[in-house]
Amino acid sequence: MNHMAVSRRTFLKGSGAVVVSGLIIGFVTGPAAARTGAGKLNTWVVIAPDDEVRILIGYSEMGQGITTSLPQVIADELDADWSTIRMEFAPADAAFANPVFGIQGTGGSTTTYGSWETMRAAGATARAMLEQAAAKRWNVNASAVRSENGAVVNASTGESLRFGALALAAAEETPPKVPPLKDPSAWRFIGKPVDRLDIPAKVDGTAGFGIDVQIPGMLVATISQCPVFGGSLKSVDDAPAMAVRGVKAVVPLKNAVAVAADGYWPAKKGLDALMPVWDEGTFAGGGSDTTLKEFHATLDDAGAVADAHGDLAAGFAATTKTIEADYTAPYLAHATMEPMNATAHVTEDGVTFWAPTQWPGLLTIIGAKVLGVDASKITVHSTYLGGGYGRRFEPDFCLQAALISKAVGAPVKLMWSREEDMRHDFYRPGSVCRMRVGLGEDGLPSAWETRIACSSIFSRTVPQRVKDGLDHTSVEGAVHLPYALPNRRIDYRLMPSPIPVGFWRSVGNSQNGWFTESMIDEAAHAAGDDPLAYRLKLLADSPEHAAVLKAAADAAGWGKAPAGRFQGIALVESFKTIAAEVVELSVSADKEITLHRLTVAADPGSVVNPRNFEGQLQGALVYGLTAALYGRIDVVNGRVEQGNFDTYAMVRLSQLPPITVTLVPSGRPMGGAGEPGTPPIAPALCNALFAATGERIRSLPLMDHGYTLEPVWG
Amino acid sequence: MAFNITVNGMVHTVDVDGDTPLLWVLRDTLGLTGTKYGCGIAECGACTVHVDGVAQRSCTLAIEDLDGSEITTIEGLSSGGAPHPVQEAWITEQVPQCGFCQSGMIMTAAALLSETPNPSDGEIAEAMTNICRCGTYDRVRAAIRRAAKA
Ligand code: FES
Ligand code: FES
Repeated sequence: MNHMAVSRRTFLKGSGAVVVSGLIIGFVTGPAAARTGAGKLNTWVVIAPDDEVRILIGYSEMGQGITTSLPQVIADELDADWSTIRMEFAPADAAFANPVFGIQGTGGSTTTYGSWETMRAAGATARAMLEQAAAKRWNVNASAVRSENGAVVNASTGESLRFGALALAAAEETPPKVPPLKDPSAWRFIGKPVDRLDIPAKVDGTAGFGIDVQIPGMLVATISQCPVFGGSLKSVDDAPAMAVRGVKAVVPLKNAVAVAADGYWPAKKGLDALMPVWDEGTFAGGGSDTTLKEFHATLDDAGAVADAHGDLAAGFAATTKTIEADYTAPYLAHATMEPMNATAHVTEDGVTFWAPTQWPGLLTIIGAKVLGVDASKITVHSTYLGGGYGRRFEPDFCLQAALISKAVGAPVKLMWSREEDMRHDFYRPGSVCRMRVGLGEDGLPSAWETRIACSSIFSRTVPQRVKDGLDHTSVEGAVHLPYALPNRRIDYRLMPSPIPVGFWRSVGNSQNGWFTESMIDEAAHAAGDDPLAYRLKLLADSPEHAAVLKAAADAAGWGKAPAGRFQGIALVESFKTIAAEVVELSVSADKEITLHRLTVAADPGSVVNPRNFEGQLQGALVYGLTAALYGRIDVVNGRVEQGNFDTYAMVRLSQLPPITVTLVPSGRPMGGAGEPGTPPIAPALCNALFAATGERIRSLPLMDHGYTLEPVWG
Repeated sequence: MAFNITVNGMVHTVDVDGDTPLLWVLRDTLGLTGTKYGCGIAECGACTVHVDGVAQRSCTLAIEDLDGSEITTIEGLSSGGAPHPVQEAWITEQVPQCGFCQSGMIMTAAALLSETPNPSDGEIAEAMTNICRCGTYDRVRAAIRRAAKA
């Protein structure tokens, strides 16, 4: 298993203010384990003598429900009493590395077990140790005791001891070599719609997000970065800002200027009063239109092959009909509900962050480099995240907070305005794609060619993951499709650009899923076939995908739309979850769309919390739908035009019909929850629109083609 | 300049510039951080509070126009320790995901229900113009229906 440790004695919490005794199991979960195969333990189960089971989670809660699903898994294997479970955010790194633990890492293969197995093992290990301690207390064989809902029971006498009463003794036990995992039939929490532990605090205003952090002596700062990508700050006269009441300092940074004050409003007023002089750099005349045209011009050039099979030329030679289409997907901003922010305190002893970050470990590593301090002197406290969707993987805003804190010599909460957030994002890459499909006698694709050109996310973030000009995130969703495509080639042109790109909910699947599922639809229509039936023919050897597609079609009443309403369907597997969606809509002569029904079916293998999973699929669908209708970031003269929700529009409640979710877990390896609902919606929507109007949408968003989305509730 | 406002039943005198939006008085001056900032231009609703019983977007309400007003924020929505029926419905329907929009959603919904105790779907849609980037709209509607029945 990966990186598990048992502590026998005490757990020093945070800065050392609280010492907890009991049975303590620490382990690594999530991407740190998967990505680096090492790293510090980041999640802890503390069984305290007062019977509380505290689960300290070193991962970020951004709405996906990890702070409930993780405890569900642990509690099940632990056989805990759910009412004793408490969830807290673990103070990161420095505190966990504290030698007070006497950690015994058991290390091992990180590839055989994902974090899910690790969590199960942690719970099972703790349960075994509690049982051993109880057996000793009663002087019986370990086989004579069993756990039961937060207690250990003596099978012969019926006596029972609560976990809390056993915690200290259990900590002295030797952990079992092989954690005794439960049979899934005995699970009480996994697979059940357990209420989320974070929700009570999210309905009474007490949940602490990044922007809510308050540290004694703290200043609030806001920032203006060079509007042109790649530019820098030449000079700034700080006088106009210093004249604003409440402003304490103007801090010039390499490519930005920040104003620190005793609150956000004076900081903003101070910033607005400044007239920074920028060196706009080489991209001052650049724009997204030109950039995408440049990408497009490369589509005939050779590309790095991402997926190839059979004989493409022979496939085309055997066709009776060839269809070809170019697709363009725009740049997109994340627009998390909570704009970027972070609080930092830089002192001689080190750096402390309180930050809504998706990747505290990365912040430690990069922070050490940028701030010139040892990584062991960096502490990261995670707050709740007001949305992440990939944006909060980036540490940019956290590092700025530290630089400003260093300059002013006080803790600083840096808050970006919404405009700053939208104009200095790491955008979903704008991408262009040319598809050529040859149809054989039977109407099915005998040749399938996809040419993609866009910027690479990994070449900036994880360069070692770009191999031979290929970045998997640029082509995912277009390669290794479940459909039978015997002769195919999908290739990629890596296009550098000053427009920064990053991980956007579902990453490459968001645009490539749209390209591919639109083209499959084009092929179905060219073959004169029903889009569902056509796909099912191509899925003969992919029964799991076919099952999901059918589940969506059945739930949506495929082919049975009332007169005047039209349906579109799409299927995309991403993050190991297969998702299919059906859109039912009507369109007026004035291109006013009304959505009548939205249907999702998904096979995530297995589901820890179905209710939460359902919400994730709905939310991911809405995220993709909003982008398909309205999402477009334009760069003009090197700077982003959109700045707020008035120009980067959002779908609202009034426009959304109910979203029906059907889960069909097949038991295949467990897939993701937060992203797979996004990719199928844009193609399902465009395919429905084609059914309604005969207009094939090959560039997004739909508003560019004159479509509007009308309220559905009247 | 000093201004008097009543927030969640307590009278406060705040000494800030008159153009300071209520949002920042609540968050930075009074430390009531349950009310959120999402856009600053009255588009998203994350900053919604009740001003004299009416749901308002506090990011564009200057404090100088509110002297003497009665404000209720998410922190003051429930009374006597029991959650407000809207909050209860929100828990039952498991509405929040990231949660950042939810204070504003709940304040908007509570104002809607106090004016229109049994709103139609159309009335719900008309009142609930708040943005939720996590896309919790389906459950927001379900929770309002539930609270209306409570
Ligand atoms: S912050 Fe006030 S409406 Fe968005
Ligand atoms: S719950 Fe995240 S924005 Fe609404």
